[in-house]
Amino acid sequence: MKEILKNNMDDNKIINEIISIKDLYKSFGKNEILKGINLSVKAGENLVLLGKSGSGKSITIKCIVGLLEIDKGGINVFGKEISNLTNKELNEVRLKIGFLFQSGALYDSMTVSENLLFALKRMKKKISVQEIENEVLEVLIAVGLKEAIDKMPSELSGGMRKRIALARTLILKPEIILYDEPTTGLDSITSREISELMLDVQKKYKTTSIIITHDMACAKLTADTIAILKEGVIYVQGTYEDLENSNDEWIKSFFI
Amino acid sequence: MQTKVKTILTNTGNLTIFGGKFFKVMLAPPYEFKEFVKQCFSIGYKSLPLVAVTGFIMGFVLTLQSRPTLATFGAESWLPKMVALSLIREIAPVVTGLICAGKIASGISAELGSMKVTEQIDAMEVSAINPYKYLVVTRIMATTLMVPLLVIFADLIGIYGGYVGVNIHSKITLFRYFTQIFESLGFSDILPATIKTFFFGYFIGMIGCYKGFTASNGTESVGKAANEAVVIASLSIFLIDIIAVQLTDFFF
Repeated sequence: MKEILKNNMDDNKIINEIISIKDLYKSFGKNEILKGINLSVKAGENLVLLGKSGSGKSITIKCIVGLLEIDKGGINVFGKEISNLTNKELNEVRLKIGFLFQSGALYDSMTVSENLLFALKRMKKKISVQEIENEVLEVLIAVGLKEAIDKMPSELSGGMRKRIALARTLILKPEIILYDEPTTGLDSITSREISELMLDVQKKYKTTSIIITHDMACAKLTADTIAILKEGVIYVQGTYEDLENSNDEWIKSFFI
Repeated sequence: MQTKVKTILTNTGNLTIFGGKFFKVMLAPPYEFKEFVKQCFSIGYKSLPLVAVTGFIMGFVLTLQSRPTLATFGAESWLPKMVALSLIREIAPVVTGLICAGKIASGISAELGSMKVTEQIDAMEVSAINPYKYLVVTRIMATTLMVPLLVIFADLIGIYGGYVGVNIHSKITLFRYFTQIFESLGFSDILPATIKTFFFGYFIGMIGCYKGFTASNGTESVGKAANEAVVIASLSIFLIDIIAVQLTDFFF
């Protein structure tokens, strides 16, 4: 296990790191969640983050995007230290990061089209109506939901909401996408469709991703590397095959 | 006891910082004009029926209740003036303020609270959109502008309700009724009462937004936030009213 971790760390030194987390600590009151996380993600890589519920997976990606302030350590994204950025600089970084929330977090009071345009219109002020229509159609086609353009979020199923949430992320052309349990609450067929969609997105838009999931089928399909969180630290990092064949009983328990 | 006092002081401090941020963020571009207009429509226009019914009943009942006392002194002719002054100076602003605290503050806090627990506010933030500017500034500006207009509307409907009340026992034309009222009204009756309604509006919006924005995760907290918003906003209406009456006494 240590060998796997060591090999990966050596590789990361050679290949370009787009996200680098060093000695990250985060607590809520007396409850220490993250106790010195070290993690790196290479450009174009899909990293799956596993761990038991409450182990701090979502907190880690919320720290990456600056939604939560860190207590100690550092998060470097695109060569910039997140905790040192001003609001304006942080927003510039955020525009390059897409975040897919567990619930989808679509704006209830807006149609699908308005959801997609909400951030785009604010980002590109001089965009023409034709360009807007083209961009909306492009991402809706990419997620396979062109017909949902005028629907309200309440009219969509769980899987459709996640697809639209992904389309809302894609319309801003992010370089990194952070997925928070993208297949949770979905049936196995829809879960597989979402997982395949995530792979298509990576190929088409050349994105780098961190995927939090409990769904091992999704992990197997999408992961280039898997990192497992245990008691606030990265317990192990390696490929799906490496970890599946590990002798460690605790690691094996994820693959049963 | 000590913990309760500490919590109250902490909340008051946080509320002050939250409300103060409004003046800083409001002036900086970009301006969310479309959302502001949408909120004005939702807060102002959609409250008109409720305010109209309440305003009419206030004027009508006040007239009927005051008549016997004034009749004892043979001063029934003072009824229009008394009703108008009571409505404009005190009753319409406070009652409309309380109605808005109930309807608007609870609505805003429930809406923002549910957005918070479903991570919609976080989704805005990660898209580099300032949720305070889009959600809070527009709502506080809308309540600050709409509540005074609703109060003026309640004044007019209430005075008309008084006219209907007066006409049950005696006959007076609408023209004569309004002439009597306008003759008795002065600058010092209208201006202080109008100024305080801007504060009512600001506090109703600010408290509603603060409670929604600070709702903790979970649907239970949304209901709790809405409830607390109504209680605190209603209390703040009375506190502002006390201060406004004292200041009016001092300056006018």
